[in-house]
Amino acid sequence: MGGFAINAAAQDLVKGKQLYETRCLVCHQADGGGVPNMNAPLDGASNVVGTDIARLVRIIKKGYSERVALDGFYYGNAMTANPDLKDVDIANILSYIRTSWTNKASTITAAQVKAAGSKK
Amino acid sequence: MKNLKIFLAIVFSTMTIVSTAQNNAGLKLPQGFKATLFADTIGSARHIAITSNGVVFAKLMYPNKAGKSIIRLEDKNNDGVADKISGWGKYGGTGIFVKGKSLYATSNTGVFLYQLNDNDEVIDTSAPKTIVKGLIDRNQHESKSITLDGQGNIYVNIGAYSNACQEKDRMPGSKGMMPCPILDSAGGIWKFDGQKENQVYGDGIRYATGLRNVVGLDWNRQTNSLFVTQHGRDQLNSFYPKLYTADQNAELPAETMYEMKQGDNAGWPYVYYDPYQKKKIVSPEYGGDGIKEGGENAIDPTAFFPAHMAPNALLFYTGNQFPEKYKNGAFIAFHGSWNRAPLPQEGYFVAFVPFKNGKPNGEWEIFANGFSGLTGDEKVKNPRNAKARPCGLAQGPDGSLYVSDDNKGAIFKISYAK
Repeated sequence: MGGFAINAAAQDLVKGKQLYETRCLVCHQADGGGVPNMNAPLDGASNVVGTDIARLVRIIKKGYSERVALDGFYYGNAMTANPDLKDVDIANILSYIRTSWTNKASTITAAQVKAAGSKK
Repeated sequence: MKNLKIFLAIVFSTMTIVSTAQNNAGLKLPQGFKATLFADTIGSARHIAITSNGVVFAKLMYPNKAGKSIIRLEDKNNDGVADKISGWGKYGGTGIFVKGKSLYATSNTGVFLYQLNDNDEVIDTSAPKTIVKGLIDRNQHESKSITLDGQGNIYVNIGAYSNACQEKDRMPGSKGMMPCPILDSAGGIWKFDGQKENQVYGDGIRYATGLRNVVGLDWNRQTNSLFVTQHGRDQLNSFYPKLYTADQNAELPAETMYEMKQGDNAGWPYVYYDPYQKKKIVSPEYGGDGIKEGGENAIDPTAFFPAHMAPNALLFYTGNQFPEKYKNGAFIAFHGSWNRAPLPQEGYFVAFVPFKNGKPNGEWEIFANGFSGLTGDEKVKNPRNAKARPCGLAQGPDGSLYVSDDNKGAIFKISYAK
């Protein structure tokens, strides 16, 4: 049982990585470092590894067009919305970015994304 | 004993000069050129300006750790390294320009004017004149770069707060707005009086339009006209994967240099410049397919460069120190790309375009490289790996070229030694 759970999670991270590479990498970069002043970093970013999952889900779904203040720096580019992504896709992306590079936060399930998406 | 101290001081200061001179502050330069690290870690140094006495002023994107956003640097012992550094100002910005004893600096919404004394010190740092105010700042392409012509007029870039003027910026499938309403207040160069206070949009004129975002601009004294370098659009492949491959995205569109006369239009957002077809191509947001030509009313670039390298400063060299081929030619500081991923990034160098009679005269070349701090032919994979990102250029009274970096805030001084 335990082994199955680990395999399933690993599979989700592979899917998350694939989605990251097609949708996110061009701006947030392969190393999650973002682009100074323009595109926010994900690696080491307090809000990416933080507990406000609803905010992360909202940003991925709806995009973001305000200046982001993050860990003492500002980022100005608009982020693309991803209205076509399913909860499970968002969970896989979040799981990937929260556990990649130097990030060591928890993975996220589709149920968590669904619950977060229903919050205002 | 006292003599020994002086002797040691001379030995040590000479050693420092030799060591920085020997490795040229880490830069790769053409034969005969040398560089010193004029300053380091002063803050995110965007553009720089130099007085006739050789005092350097740098505009920081944000206030530095000491809370200063305009930095004054002086090299009193003339060893190529600033030894008297001070600062003031709480507003971030990009533009800075010196004309005689007038020092102009910009925030992301306005232009301010400080008066210098005979020692090129600001007489009153707390009370600049507000020359222009109320310019648009919507986070994206917000920096205001400036230059002046010989008549005392100031030219301000107001970047478009958009990638391609879509109804929803950077949203796949969102159409381009027709006509693009952004062009009324941004996406071009505005001309204002260099002395009149409190000017707003209505006091100036839209001098040139159709420019997505210009960071580098300079008044060419030979042609008596304005030249600009534009940052081309992003994300052709991520938004239009059926029309463009990732490899094509990495090479499209060209970064462009234009000579802009009053009323000129460079075509953004309706067209972009394809460096392979050497044509203005209709943007996919406006029904383009990567082949269809457009921009009948738009001018062609004076010169063009590989995509996404981000030309952040332009300087026509008027000094006498460098060899003859550099005279009146254009130096361009390429900040370095981010939008070529998954391919390696490009730029992070200072390029040179030879000019003759006000027109490019030969291919562009890399003049100064190695700002990224990577060794050999290693390319920058991610922008944050670059140690320094060239952002500003200025010419010293002795003809040396200064290059600023907005990452940690280095300033490099490049000189020619016969």
